[in-house]
Amino acid sequence: MKQIVVLGGGTGGTLVANLLAKKLKSKEAHITLVSASNRHLYQPGWLYVPFGRQDPRTLSRPMASLLRKRVKLVIGKASQLDTESQQISLEDGQSLHYDYLVIATGSQVAPEDVPGFSEGAQHFYTEEASFKLHAALEEFRGGKIVVGVGGLPYKCPVAPLEFTFLLDEYLTHRRIRDKTEIIYTFPLNRVFSIESVAEVAQPLLEQRGVTIETFFNLEEVVPEEKLARSLEGTELNYDLLIMVPPHRGAKFLQGHPIADEQGWVKTDRSTLEVKGCSNVWALGDTTDLPISKAGSTAHFEAPVIVERLAARLRGANNDQIPEEYEGHVMCFLETGYGKASMLNFDYSHAPEVAEPSHLVHYEKMVFNKAYWYLVPTGVL
Amino acid sequence: MMQNITITKESDARGSFCPGPLMELIRQVRLAQVGDVIAVISSDDGSKKDIPAWIAKAKQEFLGMEEIGGATRFICRKIK
Repeated sequence: MKQIVVLGGGTGGTLVANLLAKKLKSKEAHITLVSASNRHLYQPGWLYVPFGRQDPRTLSRPMASLLRKRVKLVIGKASQLDTESQQISLEDGQSLHYDYLVIATGSQVAPEDVPGFSEGAQHFYTEEASFKLHAALEEFRGGKIVVGVGGLPYKCPVAPLEFTFLLDEYLTHRRIRDKTEIIYTFPLNRVFSIESVAEVAQPLLEQRGVTIETFFNLEEVVPEEKLARSLEGTELNYDLLIMVPPHRGAKFLQGHPIADEQGWVKTDRSTLEVKGCSNVWALGDTTDLPISKAGSTAHFEAPVIVERLAARLRGANNDQIPEEYEGHVMCFLETGYGKASMLNFDYSHAPEVAEPSHLVHYEKMVFNKAYWYLVPTGVL
Repeated sequence: MMQNITITKESDARGSFCPGPLMELIRQVRLAQVGDVIAVISSDDGSKKDIPAWIAKAKQEFLGMEEIGGATRFICRKIK
C-alpha cells in the first residue's frame, strides 16, 4: 500500500491530511501526518492578544482532536529529507518512508536576521511574543510607538495595518492616545502593497493621526539608543518598537536542494508540485511563491494538492489532471472600532476593497471561533 | 544592452498582488551579494513606477526593463 506523509500540523497540513483521508479509500494509502507540536495553533488570533482582547489559551487545540481517525499522527520535528530514497528523518531518530509527500512545515520567525531586533523590538507573531507585548502595552504611559514590517517575506501581510488600527483604538480607550505618537512604516512607497487597499487604508491612518513613513525596510535596531534604521537610510527614534520579524522556512529546508537559502520550497505556481520532484507537493507559507503567506492561501491550495495527489496515485499523468491553483487568497482587514473589510483575489483578479463595516468585523469574529470546526476539518 | 547582462537570480511575480513584485525584488536584493544582478517579472503596470522609484531610493542600480509577453522584466544590480 502507498505511503503518504504530510509534514506539518498547521492549517495546510491538517487540512490536506483530512481531505486525503476523506478522498482515498483505506486500502489505497496509509496517511501519516508529522507535526512538530502536539497542539494546532490558530495564529490569526495572536493579533488581539496584545490588546487583552483574546486569551492566548483559547488559540490552540490538541492536534489529535482535529484529525480524522485514519490519519496516523507522529509528533516530531523533521531534520532531513532525502528525495532520492524518499526518506524523512526526524530529530528523535525516527525515519519515515514515503511514496507521496506533502510539505506544509510553514514559516518561522527569524528576528536574529536583523541586528538588534531581539533586544530592541517587540512583535505579535508567536504566542510568547504576543503575550509579552500585552505586558509592554499595559505598562505604556505615552511616547512614540513605531509599528511596521521588519523583514521580508512575512506572514499575514495586512497584520501590521490591522495592528496599527487596533493600537489607535486601544490607546484612545486608555485615554493616552493624545500622549502617543504612532508611526506606521512600510517597505514600499505606499501604506500597503495592493494599491486598492492602500487607497482605503491611508485616509483611515491619516484620520487617526498616524504618521506614515514609507520606503522603510528595517536594517538594524540600536536598542541602547532606541533607534530603528532602514536600508534606505531613514532613522526613527522610538519608545516602543513593534515590528513584524523576518520569516524563514523550516530549518531542515534552509539550503536544501529543493529550497532556497531561506528555506522556501521551489514550487510550481499552478500544480503546487515541488520543482524537480514529481511526487512531492508544497503549500502555504512553505513555498517560494511570491503570494500571501497566510492560512487562507493554504486553505485554497489544499484541495488542489489532494485532487492531484489522488489522481496520480490512481495512475493519471500530470497532463490528465485539470485541477490547478489559481492564486486564490481571501483575508479580513480589521480597521478598528468594530469595523473590518475583506479582500478576495487571485492571480488574474486584483482585490476590490469594500468600505469597512460592522458586519464584516462580526463575520471575522465568528470565523475566529468557528475555525476549529470548519477549516482544518475540511468542512469549509 | 539587456542581452549582455547576466542575471544572478530571477523571480516570476506575475499575478502576485500581495505581497507583490516590488516586495519580492526587495527581498531578493537583501539576500543578494554586492554585484549580483536581480530580475523580477511583473504583470502589474504600477511596477513601472514603483520599482525604479525604490531602486533609486535604496541607491541601487536600475539596469532597465523589457517587455516579455504581456509582462515586464525589471533588472537591478546590487551595488551596496
